[in-house]
Amino acid sequence: MPMGGVTKRINAIKFALLSPDEIRRMSATKIITADTYDDDGFPIDMGLMDSHLGVIEPGLRCKTCGGKVDECPGHFGHIDLAMPVIHVGYVKEIKKLLQSTCKSCGRLLLTRQQAQEFMRDLEAQEELGADSTEISEIAKETAKEAQKRARCPHCDTEQSKITLDKPTTFREDGHKLTPREVRERLERIPNDDLRAFNIEPEAARPEWMVLTALLVPPVTVRPSITLESGDRSEDDLTHKLVDVLRINQRLRENRDAGAPQLIVEDLWELLQYHVTTYFDNQTSGIPPARHRSGRPLKTLVQRLKGKEGRFRSNLSGKRVNFSARTVISPDPVLSINEVGVPIEAARELTVPIRVQAYNMEIVKDWVKRGPTPVSTNGQFVPGVNYVIRPDGRRIRVTDKNAETVAETVETGWVVERQLVDGDIVLFNRQPSLHRMSMMAHEVRVMKEKTFRFNLAVCPPYNADFDGDEMNLHVLQSEEARAEAKILMRVQEHILSPRFGGPVIGGIHDHITGSFLLTYRDSRFNHEETTFILSKIGLKEIPKPAKTDKDGTEWWTGKQIFSLVLPPDLNIAFKASIGPKGVKDLKQLTAEDAWVEVHEGQLKSGTIDENAIGAFKGKILDKIARDYGSERAKQFIDESTKLALGAIMVRGFTTGIDDEDIPEEAKRQITDVLRQAEEKVQDFVEAYRRGELEQMPGRSLEETLEVEAMKVLGRARDQAGQIAGKHLGMENPSVIMARSGARGSMLNLSQMAGCIGQQAVRGERLSRGYWNRTLPHFKKGDLGAQAKGFVKSSYKSGLHPTEYFFHAMGGREGLVDTAVRTSRSGYMQRRLINALEDLKVKEDGTVRNTADTIIQFRFGEDGVDPSRSVQGTAVDIDDILQEVLGEEPGWRERMAEKEMTGYGLTEKDMIVELEEEEETEEEPPEE
Amino acid sequence: MRFNVLEHKLVPEHRLLSPDEADEVLKGLKVTRDQLPKIRKTDPVIRVLEKIHGPIEEGRIVRVLRLNQTAGVSEAFRLVIGR
Ligand SMILES: [Mg+2]
Ligand SMILES: [Zn+2]
Ligand SMILES: [Zn+2]
Repeated sequence: MPMGGVTKRINAIKFALLSPDEIRRMSATKIITADTYDDDGFPIDMGLMDSHLGVIEPGLRCKTCGGKVDECPGHFGHIDLAMPVIHVGYVKEIKKLLQSTCKSCGRLLLTRQQAQEFMRDLEAQEELGADSTEISEIAKETAKEAQKRARCPHCDTEQSKITLDKPTTFREDGHKLTPREVRERLERIPNDDLRAFNIEPEAARPEWMVLTALLVPPVTVRPSITLESGDRSEDDLTHKLVDVLRINQRLRENRDAGAPQLIVEDLWELLQYHVTTYFDNQTSGIPPARHRSGRPLKTLVQRLKGKEGRFRSNLSGKRVNFSARTVISPDPVLSINEVGVPIEAARELTVPIRVQAYNMEIVKDWVKRGPTPVSTNGQFVPGVNYVIRPDGRRIRVTDKNAETVAETVETGWVVERQLVDGDIVLFNRQPSLHRMSMMAHEVRVMKEKTFRFNLAVCPPYNADFDGDEMNLHVLQSEEARAEAKILMRVQEHILSPRFGGPVIGGIHDHITGSFLLTYRDSRFNHEETTFILSKIGLKEIPKPAKTDKDGTEWWTGKQIFSLVLPPDLNIAFKASIGPKGVKDLKQLTAEDAWVEVHEGQLKSGTIDENAIGAFKGKILDKIARDYGSERAKQFIDESTKLALGAIMVRGFTTGIDDEDIPEEAKRQITDVLRQAEEKVQDFVEAYRRGELEQMPGRSLEETLEVEAMKVLGRARDQAGQIAGKHLGMENPSVIMARSGARGSMLNLSQMAGCIGQQAVRGERLSRGYWNRTLPHFKKGDLGAQAKGFVKSSYKSGLHPTEYFFHAMGGREGLVDTAVRTSRSGYMQRRLINALEDLKVKEDGTVRNTADTIIQFRFGEDGVDPSRSVQGTAVDIDDILQEVLGEEPGWRERMAEKEMTGYGLTEKDMIVELEEEEETEEEPPEE
Repeated sequence: MRFNVLEHKLVPEHRLLSPDEADEVLKGLKVTRDQLPKIRKTDPVIRVLEKIHGPIEEGRIVRVLRLNQTAGVSEAFRLVIGR
């Protein structure tokens, strides 16, 4: 691309119709025979594969331009149609023109004065630079006005009604109009009247919409392929053109021989069918033309349209070199900035290195190694696959020629070196919904055959390891590498531009591990401490927090965690384990749920999802904001390893016996559920007797439903609470749920207590059979059991009817997610297509490619959400805190602020939404 | 005209710039007129402004002051175009 921006600007694009004359003029040959090749396999003259149309076989020369395969662009031919046929692409326009012009004189059905008025309007608009949609709107109005006339204002002929029988048959008062008649009428429309329709007669005479000659695309557009068996297989377009030629031939013969009108008409219609499907084989109203195998043919429109069409598949998206794809797996020892690449992939993926005087020695050394070098201790060593000479010739390096090629390498050559540790690559997981779906990683060449990365990077990619695959692209230029390293590195994306919080951070065992490390007075002996600290490569052990009388030394988990915090960090917030809605400091402290970091020391509180989790991690957020991405990266790397160490020392497991509760509790739950059922029954009876008190704005039936839902909902909560009493913080499932590692207390109470009411569209189940959900119940039964209340727990197992109800509720969830994803996908596509070429310029304005202003300051306030604090550029509270220090009552103030939230920023909305979702069933994954 | 749309709470403040002010704005932004967002002469807001200033020709510039819950006050300019 030339430097300095746009060298030519497109002012306008003009679309025109091809006239029959022009088709014949641009045609290299007329096609008359449906045969393609003769017995010797040579193209037949004036056949569909005529060598005037270009060449597809190497060695042959084009008869039109004399070029060989790569030199000849291909040339069009044409078929003279025996009878005219309508072009499907223009039926709408033809209909409009027929309806708004006179059947006998062809004039526009408007008085001279009316016509002039419309023309003036059109011209005025054009002068003002109105866009094409506005202009076509006026033309449409003109046509509409003309269609209203029953009598021609020029020759006084009465007009008859023109209708369109889809796809291509026109009728006048029910009588069929042949394409020839249609064409004759279009021919009669005078040039001057066409301008009122916004049609330029020089570019598009309307009669050209009825074809008398058909353009035949070059063979390069529809190449035939030779199968292994030696048979030729023709392109779908060629097949279709063969059909057209055959029928055209028969039609001509029959017409010339004076065959009965009926036969000629049938053939004519058949020709119309073939020409129509040649353009679009999915035209509604006619059966698609099929291959012998029964597969519908892919004709012109099908080549362009849709996801697999030319535009979306070949022009908006392309296949690339220097890329790899494989299954992914986790590796917590890698930094978040790294990606593990299998040796096999590293051998194929290369980085071009230009040979210079300064690197001559080392480059020659690489080349000398050949394509598969291994070090003496069996480690991966990069080799060279290709060497590129200044004239562009590529030399493949093999073990045999490596020595000699290495000798010939000179400055100015390019050597394609295999991947080594530290190379910058792009890593991507589809669907690429936001910019964090494609980030730059540093390569670590490793054994085994999967891509590996740190688990903290799962959330931005939305990746898990149940078989997910990801793509990797190797950058090929120095600029690209620099840009990727500065803008696309993983650490630069810790804070999301979507809601200003961290998208990269702890998940699952990372959070559990931090919990085990820091909960209450969790402490570790010398051996354990050294084990954990060795994970982050710390060589010196801090002073023990406590020494027993017998000399045993203890280090607290809080002390160990503080080692990875910045020494001057101050922060206070509520931990995830703290009960919802509680803001009483005493109660929070009692549960070790009030996290306080003072001068880099964790004074109190448990490190869990609210501290280091993706999306919610407050410490992570603060470090990324105040200390920069490099420090945040270091914090994530180290805290991952600490958590890993802690969980290895303590050990962690979960099983269904985590949800064991005592017999007494089970009895209580049964009681609660029975009472609830009885209460529902009472409501039902009251309803039957007509004694149910109607709620305002609701019908009697609705009142009953609402009351029943309320009672049963409360019953499930109570069952959950009873079960919850026996599930304490020493229970692994509870640890996971409360710390935010995985699952929720609702999940647990559904396993231990009661699953609860199943719903479809937010209502109790009611459909299936006449007046009942299943034949196991009486007709009209409105009780809890009959309408989808599941008393059992997941652990105890469901009764058959309950199982069925549960499947009904579950199905709705699945349908919902399927519908949601497809709809939001389409919405996203439209949005991206509309916004893709907008960019923020240096002056803070948002511009499009024409350099016109879209926004005067980006986002109207010029604030980058990923660098803002709750949507503002400066966090006054935080600065005050830092300046004033700990004035009396600061804890209460912080706790207050923590609970009230900051108004509806998206960050808070995410938390809210997630809480809302908890009440619903989680859909099964993959 | 039924009522003054500028008095509606959802319509942001619009002010017609004098030719001098307009030039100043263009100079400040380092843009030409055609690079600005547009507003039609037939827009209800322009009709209201015409009640105050008399006929407004194409090429004049209107300043729009928007109050946004998250972004605060933001300033924008629009070029008056035909129809
Ligand atoms: Mg998966
Ligand atoms: Zn050629
Ligand atoms: Zn007439």
